[in-house]
Amino acid sequence: MKFGIVTFPGSNCDHDSYHVVKHVLGHEACFLWHKQEDFSGVDCVVLPGGFSYGDYLRCGAIARFSPIMDAVVRFANSGGYVVGICNGFQVLTEAGLLPGALLQNRDLKFICEDTTLLVANGHTPWTVLCPETIMAPIAHHEGCYFADDDTLGRLEGEGRVVFRYASRAGEEAAEANPNGAVNNIAGIINERGNVLGMMPHPERNGDTELGDGSGAWVFRSIIHSFEAQA
Amino acid sequence: MRIRVHVTPRKGVLDPQGQAVAHGLAQLGFDAVGEVRVGKVVDLVLDNASSESDALEQGQAMARKLLANEVVEDFTVEVLG
Repeated sequence: MKFGIVTFPGSNCDHDSYHVVKHVLGHEACFLWHKQEDFSGVDCVVLPGGFSYGDYLRCGAIARFSPIMDAVVRFANSGGYVVGICNGFQVLTEAGLLPGALLQNRDLKFICEDTTLLVANGHTPWTVLCPETIMAPIAHHEGCYFADDDTLGRLEGEGRVVFRYASRAGEEAAEANPNGAVNNIAGIINERGNVLGMMPHPERNGDTELGDGSGAWVFRSIIHSFEAQA
Repeated sequence: MRIRVHVTPRKGVLDPQGQAVAHGLAQLGFDAVGEVRVGKVVDLVLDNASSESDALEQGQAMARKLLANEVVEDFTVEVLG
């Protein structure tokens, strides 16, 4: 399987994603420059974390108009796998590929810490191999997921909330919610399930040199799903 | 022609920055302050606006497309002259 990792000016987790899929999991990976208007031969696009375009105006608002984003939207609409992590999640909401928006954290602070994520739906292409919980660090200032009541009702009703912030013991808990996200939401998918957005960084805990390595299960899951359909 | 776009958090959307400012103002003795919402202002110079209504329309199009995120923000446009 081949991953295409988009580099926007200000992306800083592109190499982490590359490292996990290529060196930890042994799959192919390449970088896609934001000025490219098209790409081919890629099975999964990663929009990585970072501070694209300095986070000016709103996080992800400018990146969403990068030349490559038209191609990413076409790829997603044709069923291609796309994951946006942290800043990548913000770009996906700005681009309209995922509903809702990411607001400033409840306590107005940049938060950098490990979080335990409850896998709220283990039947998605992104979580099919995941254990009940995974560990993934967060590093964000605008990670408070918000959606209006109708949207939220749809997300919950359709099982599209994929990850929630949980206690170390793996129980969903408001006290474990670092940023004020509605319903403790850490990650969601689109209607079709081929697009995932999440604020925590599974790629930063994909190598056992850096933690328990459980973030890699998200990537193992999508590889498994891709190979199962191929 | 110059226009000004005001962007503010939508009603019902959490605005912790506004809450922090409200708290700060209360600490300073401004007791009359109720809710505070913090937004942003974007001033633009339009080189090609043919009239005030044209300038307003252009500003609204820019706000809808980029300057505001209507999922969580409202905007208004005014012509400065």
